[in-house]
Amino acid sequence: MDVAISVTEFRWILPEVLLTGWALLLLIIGAFGKGPLASRVSGIISLIGSLSTLACVFCLKGVNLDVFNRLYTVDSYGTFFKAIFLIVLTLITFISLRYAKREKIGSGEYYALLMFGVLGMMVMVSSHSFITIFIGLEVMSISIYILCALLRNNLKSVESSLKYFLLGAFATSFLLYGMALIYGSTGIIDVVELKQYFLMRQPFAPQMFIIGLGLLIVGFGFKIAAVPFHMWTPDVYEGAPTTITAYMATGVKAAAFGALVRVFYTALLPFGPLGWTNIIWFIAVLTMTVGNITALVQRDIKRMLAYSSIAHAGYILVAFITGDRELISSVLFYLLVYTFMNIGAFTAVIALGRKGEENTDIDSYAGLGTRHPFIALCMSIFLLSLAGIPPLAGFAGKFYVFSAAIKAQYYWLAVIGVLNSVVAVYYYLRVMVYMYFKEPLRELGTIDIAPQYSITMLICVWALIHMGVFPRMFLMLAGQAVKIFS
Amino acid sequence: MTIMSVPILTCLIFFPLLGALLLLFADRKKTLYIKVFTLVFSVVEFGISLPLFFLFDEKTKGMQFMEKVPWFPEWGISYLLGIDGISLLLLLLTTFLTVICVLCSWKAIEDKVKEYYITFLFLETAMIGTLCALDLVLFYIFWELMLIPMYLLIGIWGGPRRIYAAIKFFLFTMAGSVLMLIAIIALYFLHYRTTGVYTFNVLDLYQASIPVVKQYWFFAAFALSFAIKVPMFPLHTWLPDAHTEAPTAGSVILAGVLLKMGTYGFLRFAIPFFPAAAYDAVPLISTLAIIGIIYGAVVSMMQPDLKRLIAFSSVSHLGYVMLGMFAFNMQGVEGSIYQMLNHGISTGGLFLIVGMLYERRHTRMIADFGGLAKVMPVFAVFFMIITLSSIALPGTNGFVGEFLILLGAFKSNMWYGVLATTGVILGAAYMLWMFQRVMFGVVTKEENKKLKDLGKREVLILTAMVFFIILMGVYPKMFFKKMDTSVTDYLSFVKARNAQYRTLQQGPGEAVPIKNKAVENLKN
Repeated sequence: MDVAISVTEFRWILPEVLLTGWALLLLIIGAFGKGPLASRVSGIISLIGSLSTLACVFCLKGVNLDVFNRLYTVDSYGTFFKAIFLIVLTLITFISLRYAKREKIGSGEYYALLMFGVLGMMVMVSSHSFITIFIGLEVMSISIYILCALLRNNLKSVESSLKYFLLGAFATSFLLYGMALIYGSTGIIDVVELKQYFLMRQPFAPQMFIIGLGLLIVGFGFKIAAVPFHMWTPDVYEGAPTTITAYMATGVKAAAFGALVRVFYTALLPFGPLGWTNIIWFIAVLTMTVGNITALVQRDIKRMLAYSSIAHAGYILVAFITGDRELISSVLFYLLVYTFMNIGAFTAVIALGRKGEENTDIDSYAGLGTRHPFIALCMSIFLLSLAGIPPLAGFAGKFYVFSAAIKAQYYWLAVIGVLNSVVAVYYYLRVMVYMYFKEPLRELGTIDIAPQYSITMLICVWALIHMGVFPRMFLMLAGQAVKIFS
Repeated sequence: MTIMSVPILTCLIFFPLLGALLLLFADRKKTLYIKVFTLVFSVVEFGISLPLFFLFDEKTKGMQFMEKVPWFPEWGISYLLGIDGISLLLLLLTTFLTVICVLCSWKAIEDKVKEYYITFLFLETAMIGTLCALDLVLFYIFWELMLIPMYLLIGIWGGPRRIYAAIKFFLFTMAGSVLMLIAIIALYFLHYRTTGVYTFNVLDLYQASIPVVKQYWFFAAFALSFAIKVPMFPLHTWLPDAHTEAPTAGSVILAGVLLKMGTYGFLRFAIPFFPAAAYDAVPLISTLAIIGIIYGAVVSMMQPDLKRLIAFSSVSHLGYVMLGMFAFNMQGVEGSIYQMLNHGISTGGLFLIVGMLYERRHTRMIADFGGLAKVMPVFAVFFMIITLSSIALPGTNGFVGEFLILLGAFKSNMWYGVLATTGVILGAAYMLWMFQRVMFGVVTKEENKKLKDLGKREVLILTAMVFFIILMGVYPKMFFKKMDTSVTDYLSFVKARNAQYRTLQQGPGEAVPIKNKAVENLKN
């Protein structure tokens, strides 16, 4: 076997290389420069870095090939996800220009870690090899463990980091063990080869392999925050700096789903009848229901959004379970939409906070409609979109996800899903009730509505309306991306 | 046919939205300017809709003023609009009532005026869109879109228990409509499997052949959604709360248009899509409708609050609409459509009346009034006419609708007719008793002695309502001739399709495999 690596192959991973370069540059700046100026400069460099990488990713549109001895894959599927991650990175970096200044966490490593995290996500979705997927997952996770603890003087932040680290390490080992068992039973570490292996040996179901499959589900379930592996989510989301919460809720979730869908849809679909569809059916129902019901009683917006993110993972699992190789594109579309609505909502949460005072209890939203109509209007749009009210993109996302379920004749799953979304309406609307129907309960001082926040919110609002009314282009792109499975 | 090339329905749908967007930039302190602006927009909107009435060709079957733009061709979603004789009249009712609502909010709304009128124009867009949409996705989008502005209207400008009422309204309606969404998508894939064509086009889906057992499920989902909106007994509990807490204009539009969306949904979607199931559901729906008629009337009688009384009377009136619709004969269906319009005018009128009283006295309790006829003679006259129209006195619009419905009901099943007729008597009882307690007798309360009679604006509003009450009462032909063709066509279509399904069902060994398959699908 030829193990030589051709230098020319590096051009296919230019986005990853570029991102690493920018991140290293930021680390150097962080090592020498201190103070607000350095923080500002690194913020701007980081923004330029993420935008240039995004541009680079767009150039890779339509490229489909394996590089580095098939350890790494550049295809439209990975590229779609990379675009999502870089959009997340760009938006988060942009908000951070202001947020990091407020919380005094904007040293070089903050932006560098954001980038490394995204690098990990990008690696995670662009490989057919379990090893590469795992490396990507670890790069991403370790960056986030640190990022969660950046508010060093805040107990909750440190707690959240430790919790995420301990549980995360546990879950990762499950994932790794699952991969090892699959390798042990087949001798194959690459999902494409696995698929061919199965094609030749049907029926194939040694126990070791089945256990490995189950452990894979556990490991991924943790990262996408599916019930019953969701326990860490509310605490971590609540304690982490809000930008990082948004980053986790969107980026990490998308990356985990990216890898999950790739692994299962490439090789493991034939094993559906063996039991994983049934398992995931229950996981999906539990995830939606527990997420939504628990969100009903939350009084803290960050915790509420954490539970809502759990519930959304459940909706996405509804489409995942169908095994429909075309309509799995609805998962990609949903994740894209979800990115915008969640980052938008978290931006509004950030805009209402102040140094040391996050103001995330629902009471601080009372009377926002009169105090700050702009934020209130944007927040309403994000919440309505999360609730799935047309013509916003959240509706389009749910529409295609449930279409996938109905096409595959999972009628009851779809019914449970939509009824869940009615439950969800209640807690999303409750925030609107506070914003519009109630008078302010206490003095909250002026709201720091920096252009970084308002521009981000406007971008998200525009994206949600645009993708809601004209979803065609985005769904076609997602459809292109999932062609690799057929 | 040049006039036909103007996309008049698109203009109608998006003109109010344009107004709402322009209002976003208005200075919130210049309330008069905002009110006049909205009034002009709603009057122009009414003006745009009026030519539809005259240009509408009553002899043509099928949809008119159709517009079609591909929206998501791969999925068969298109921007497809069109109206027939049924939606035409409801559309005119909508644009007319919006003008009235803008006028009646003139003084009642003083808080957040700008947002109020933006919400209202937004609502108008959603309502007209719902009536014109002939693509199921487009319809669903507009249908759900109606929820948000109504929710805000109740929640922001409503009474003391407004938050409870607003959320209840939203959750009830949403719960019904998401199940309809499932049925819509399931119908779509079913149609694809039998024909190989992906389409959400309502007119194409009319031709879909659906196994009867599946029809039951689909019809149940659609009917649940629409029955909540109508609202039919026992799904009506959100209505009294929503009506009582909503501001006057909100109640008018809720009673006048939003409830009609439910009945319209039955006519346009639930029945023609699933005729066999609809026929089989006749006993159930008719029974519930009759319970609604009698229950609504009896409960109305006992209400101390005027608005709650009218709200329950709506349950009763809408029971007639459903009863007529499910009589499946010309009289019943035409009466039912006519009753939809009547209810919009007369119940809308009653809400206006109560709103005017409330503006003066800040109470709606019947016990707080009495003897108002002496203090407010002009008001008394209008109130009397509208009350009589609600009771369906001959000569008013209500009579025509109710009479036809009862005729239809007798024709289809005598017992339905007999039972429903008791509702007419009860209706007269609670309305007249209410009128007597509010208007006649001696003025007992000190505050009532100095009440001002109607102002010019109020007289204008009520004159417009009374004009339609009389016009529709004495010259109903003007309206019936617009819907005759559509209704005949609709009925013959539904009957033919039903017969078709029946023969299919009785085919040798046909019913059994269909049933098994459906059960299997459900298990998945």
